[in-house]
Order: sequence, then structure tokens, then C-alpha cells
Amino acid sequence: MTSTTPSGSATREAAEALTGVETTARSVEEAAAEPLTGLTGAQSLVRSLEAVGVEVVFGIPGGAILPAYDPLFDSRVRHVLVRHEQGAGHAAQGYASATGRVGVCIATSGPGATNLVTPLADAYMDSVPIVAITGQVPTAAIGTDAFQEADIRGITMPITKHNFLVTDAREIPQRIAEAFHLASTGRPGPVLVDIPKDVLQATTEFSWPPRLDLPGYKPTTRPHGKQVREAAALIAAARRPVLYVGGGVLKAQATAELAELVELTGAPVVTTLMARGAFPDSHPQNLGMPGMHGNVTAVTALQKADLIVALGARFDDRVTGQLSTFAPNAKVVHADIDPAEIGKNRKADVPIVGDARETIAELVPALRAEHEAGRTPDLASWWAQLDDWRTRYPLGYDWPEDGSLSPQYVIERLGAIAGPDAVYTSGVGQHQMWAAQFIRYEKPGTWLNSGGLGTMGYAVPAAMGAKYGCPDTTVWAIDGDGCFQMTNQELATCAIEGIPIKVALINNGNLGMVRQWQTLFYEGRYSNTKLHPVDAEGRPKPVRIPDFVALAEALGCVGLRCESKDDVDAVIEKAMAIDDAPVVIDFVVGADAQVWPMVAAGASNDDILAARGLRPVFGDGQV
Amino acid sequence: MSRHTLSVLVENKSGVLARVSALFSRRAFNIESLAVGPTENPDLSRMTIVVDAESQPLEQITKQLNKLVEVIKIVELDSAAAVQRELLLVKVRAPMADRTQVLQTAELFRARVVDVNTDTVTLEATGTPDKLQALLAVLAPLGIKEMAQSGTVALGRGPRSMSGAGTLRPVDRSA
Repeated sequence: MTSTTPSGSATREAAEALTGVETTARSVEEAAAEPLTGLTGAQSLVRSLEAVGVEVVFGIPGGAILPAYDPLFDSRVRHVLVRHEQGAGHAAQGYASATGRVGVCIATSGPGATNLVTPLADAYMDSVPIVAITGQVPTAAIGTDAFQEADIRGITMPITKHNFLVTDAREIPQRIAEAFHLASTGRPGPVLVDIPKDVLQATTEFSWPPRLDLPGYKPTTRPHGKQVREAAALIAAARRPVLYVGGGVLKAQATAELAELVELTGAPVVTTLMARGAFPDSHPQNLGMPGMHGNVTAVTALQKADLIVALGARFDDRVTGQLSTFAPNAKVVHADIDPAEIGKNRKADVPIVGDARETIAELVPALRAEHEAGRTPDLASWWAQLDDWRTRYPLGYDWPEDGSLSPQYVIERLGAIAGPDAVYTSGVGQHQMWAAQFIRYEKPGTWLNSGGLGTMGYAVPAAMGAKYGCPDTTVWAIDGDGCFQMTNQELATCAIEGIPIKVALINNGNLGMVRQWQTLFYEGRYSNTKLHPVDAEGRPKPVRIPDFVALAEALGCVGLRCESKDDVDAVIEKAMAIDDAPVVIDFVVGADAQVWPMVAAGASNDDILAARGLRPVFGDGQV
Repeated sequence: MSRHTLSVLVENKSGVLARVSALFSRRAFNIESLAVGPTENPDLSRMTIVVDAESQPLEQITKQLNKLVEVIKIVELDSAAAVQRELLLVKVRAPMADRTQVLQTAELFRARVVDVNTDTVTLEATGTPDKLQALLAVLAPLGIKEMAQSGTVALGRGPRSMSGAGTLRPVDRSA
């Protein structure tokens, strides 16, 4: 069967944890020599989790999964009891993204399992390695609409990399090993293992390592040498190249290799929303984030490029804008571990299937050979153009005319005070874009957000998972008041389990991003975006619902509030000084601040607006 | 649009058909016909999938199919280099006055009579989709009471096979 070994994996640590898993017949015999007998399926499950190196699982017990919770009680695997299964899933994602290990969440059948659907879909879109373990009704009851029955395998087929329904307790070690292998290798992603209650209760035997039986799973990690040389030749010949760096570079832990490539090419770099931190923002070659709310230079550099080198990026619509007018004069080198991403949206002139770390590592000597052969591009005029745009269209923001606190300022100060060693998570919306724009990311794994699915409510539970995995790191959840009200119950988990995250609540009393679109595209008709109480004329009432400081304290956190510019630094520093409890700062900010620049949905990147009504003028001299 | 026949070897496990068919609908690809059956290897099933697609979307379909963990191998069977067959069962109105014509038509198309009664005749025919269409066109004026038709099954011509030695070249995994 398969000889797949977890080499060249996207999440190396996770794969290393699996190195005990052999796939040869020999190891089966060895392991079969001394299997443990007389244990339950549940015990086999917990032993498998221990054997695969799981440190923590996030979950909630319930009827069908209950047998597993009994041996878990005695296990060295720590269980964090969350308040909602969605929190367990996002915590597993945050843990995985911050540590590079596989995150694990666990839930019971039916509603417990369906509550995992959103984080599974999120992990699928953002290629986050998590394993979800769900209880299922007993085998004999499957298909009878039994109490708390849901066909979670069927439900999650389109949103998992793979999933299993275990029907025989003897399969448990193998399925767990396969789930971790699938989640952590190739293009990482979520894997669900559904186990009926009677399978957990059955008497079985346990042996480790099990054989992996995945004959159809052979991710290509090693890039094709000829393709790499062709890519190097294109890079050496390009006059307006851009390195378009996506989340795959972080998943492959390829940032050191990337830095070498960037220095060698001398080319500009753009880091997508999923790749913030893959290359230091302080580096002069980093133009920042492209896309719908990317900065003018990053967006326009791609647009005017003659060569785009896409590394672990997928030409998402939020990056390309109107696809037919995206980067019309660019040749494309597209390197990705997933062959199905290549050519999906944009035709690739040089496709390279492989792990980003291996690909970049091979690209460097190939490019060096081009240089040694005298083919060194002159990028001086390209840089002159880019620097001109950078000077004329820097990222910035205006203070609100009504004198209210600027949300961008709050986020900028938070980034400056907490610094590049902190981990930042965010929800989805305006605060997410500002956090991507105004915090300077210098290190991989310091920016966690829901990019592909755009899941409001990601920030708090993801921060919990990240903080659990990195207890010595300061973890800030930057959240909006809309997002925060979706998942803030996990602050109780943080308070009780001793996971002192910090929350910067960007409270504008509205679903801010939707409100921004209503301002721009719906003549300011604010249909159902006001979260705060308003009077008959639509003016805010002088009452806080909820009172986020009181709410934070009710959830066992320290609650702080800031409403003026002068207090911003002090309140952040106060929060930084608290290390024994979660902290929530309610930053009450203006409702009318907007995210700029912006490429309207479906519009061409040529039509980027630097600010409302401000269309940049591009000196098109040499480009 | 043009017709393409994909021969897909998959693991013989529960849920594989659901994964494959759901993939087609979720990625907005149309299946013209799909046939699943056992192979010479009890661990594997063969799905023969006929799709109507341009070549670029077809490449995307095969890449997405290849990502399914239980998909072992995909080969596109060129109609000139493959034997393609469908099975048709058709119940035709055949009162005594018309019966001879029905039976002569069956003979022309090498169809077999598998059920007879006073009012109808049921024919079994195999062949390419075109041949079965032609048969149906001839039978239609006589009155087709009901029919059942299988999806296409197909095998590449020549000595090579998808799984054995000298294998057919798979649709390229790597872009």
C-alpha cells in the first residue's frame, strides 16, 4: 500500500510527532507482537492521541462522546472545557497556527458536531491542520434519526480534507494516525473522525504504530527541477517582478528560505492577508498587503508587474479584484503544494507543484546560477516607480471629524506597544483590515485570522488556543463588537482554565464593515447594522448594551475602558501588566471610520481608491 | 463543450460515490453519466464518468478529483482509443400488428428480446451512446412505454491497463 512518509510536510512538528508511524509491513509485525488487549475503544482513542503527541484538546462532552471522557480524565492529554463547540474548533485552529502543531477539538454527536462545522470550514479555507473527533450515535441507531444524530461525515465532506466514520474499534489507532497524517502533510487541512458510542465502548486491542492505509494520498512536495529552472530564468529576465507571498509560505515554515530568495532577487514582496509576518514589514523590499484593502503600492505593483512569482498563494478574488483585468502584462510563476490551485483562477506560465520550503530552497541556487551566467536584472527603474508610489500613497487615516477615538490609532498603538513578539488574532471586518494594515508584523505565526471563510467570532477562541500553545507569548485578540458578541463566552473558559489572553475590543457600536458598504453603496441606508440602542431618530442612546466592561468582569476577566486618545497608551500598558487573568479593553471608537484603500467588490484593481473619492495617479512612464 | 470520459479508480469504501458526486456539484461541474462497479481488485472500484466540459475546466475537475484521498488514479479515455458501452432496457408497445417491425428493428441493432407479453416487448441492447440513440429513434414511433439506460462503462484498447504493468498514463497530478 502506501509508502507515504511524513517528509516535506507543511507542518513539520506535527509530522515529526508522527515519525513513529511506520507504513511498512515490517512495523506492523513488530507492533503486532505486543498489542495491548482488553481495553475499550475509548481507551484506544485516548492512547492514540497520546501516542501521536497531542498535548491538549478543546471540547465539550455529551452523550455519544461520553465514553471517551472517562479515560481522558486520567490522561496526560489536557482537556480544555470550552463553552461552545465553535470555540473548541477555533481554539484548535489558533493553537495550530501559533505552534505549527495539529490542533484537536472534540465534541459529541448531533448539535455538538454541527457546531464544529464553521471552524472546520474555516480551517479548510485557510489550510489549518486540525483534527476533530466527534461522538456518533451507536452503530445500530445510525440512520434512524436517533436522539442527537446528525450525519456529520456527510455534512463535513465538502469542508474537510478528509473524514472517517469508524465502524470497528480495532481501527481507531489507524484512523487517528491517518487523520493526523492527512491534516499535517501536503496542503494542511481539517480532518474529522466520527466514532459511534458502541465503538467507543467495545472491547478491543491497541497497538502502535499502526499502518497507514492511504494508497490514493501522495502529496507532491519535491518541485520539478526543470520548472524551477524555468522560473529562475523568468525571474532573472524580469524587469518588473513581484513576489506574491501567500499563507502557504507560513504553513511550510519557509520564511528563512523566503528571506534568502528576496535578498537574492532584489524584487519587491507583497504579503497577503494570510501571509502577514511571512516576511518582515520593516524590510524595505516589503510593499505590504495587496488586495481589496491592500495598500496602493502593493496592489499596483502586482497590477503593473511583468512577472508575478506566486508562492503558496491562490489568486483569491480579494487579491485579484476583477480577474480579467488583473495584472494584464504579467507572466506568472505559480508555486503551490496543491496542484488544483495552479491555473484555477489565473493561468500559470510556469507551474510548480511542491512544498514552499523545498521549492524556494531550490529556486535560490537556480537563480544564483542565472546570476553567475551574467543574467542579473536591473530593477532600478522599477524600484524608482515603486518608491514614488510608496511616497505618494502611504497607508494612513484621518481622525474622525466628530472627535471620537480613531480605531486605526488604537490598533497602531497596540502594535507599537505589544510589539512584534506578540501574537495577534482578529475577527472579521474593519478591525481585521486595520489590524492587517497598521500592525507591523516581523515574525511568522504572529498574525492569525479568518481569511478565506471570513468567520466573525474567530478572534477570542483562536487567541485562547494560541495562548495555550504559546503560554509565554502575549496574545491579543483584536475584535469588533459584532464579532465579540458571537464568541465572547470563551472568556469564561480562559478565566477558569488560566489562559490569560488580552482583548482589544474595537467597539464602534455597529457591524462596521457592512455599515461602510451601506455608506458607500447603499446611500447610507443603515439597514440592521446598528448594534447599540438608538432612539426614534436613530441617534445612540446614552446606555451601553452590553456594557462590555461589566460583561468582561462577569466572565472573570479584568474589564477596562478607553474613550479618548490620551488614554490609549496607558490602558494598553495597564493591560500588558496583567498576566494572571484575561483582560478586555473596551475601546469606544467612532462609527464612521472607514477602511481605505479599497477596490470595490468586482472592480478592477486599476480602479483602486486610496481614500474615498481619491483615485491615485500612476506615473506610467516606464511601466 | 465536448464530451470526455474519465475512468477513475477509487478505493472500494463506503461514501466514495457521495464524495465524488458531491465534488462535481459543489464545483459546478456537470456529470453526463456515471457508472460504478467492481474491478479485478476487490479493494478498488472503477467509476466511469462522462462529463461535458472544455479542456481547462476538465483539468480542474481531474485535479480536484485527484485531491480526494480515496481516489487512486484517473485516466481520460479518448473515444478512439477506448471501448465504450452502455446498456439499454426498453419496453416497447408491440401489439401483434407491429410486432414484426419491433423484432426486425431489434435484430438490426443486435438487441435481444428479454421479456414478451401480449402488449409489449422488452429489449436489451448494448452499444455506444450513439447506437442506442439510433435504436431509440427507430422505436419511438412505435411507442416506448418505459426505458432504463446505464451510464457509460469504458476500457482503453490495447494490452495496457490502469493498474497493472505498462499502465495507462494517468492524468497528470502536477499541473
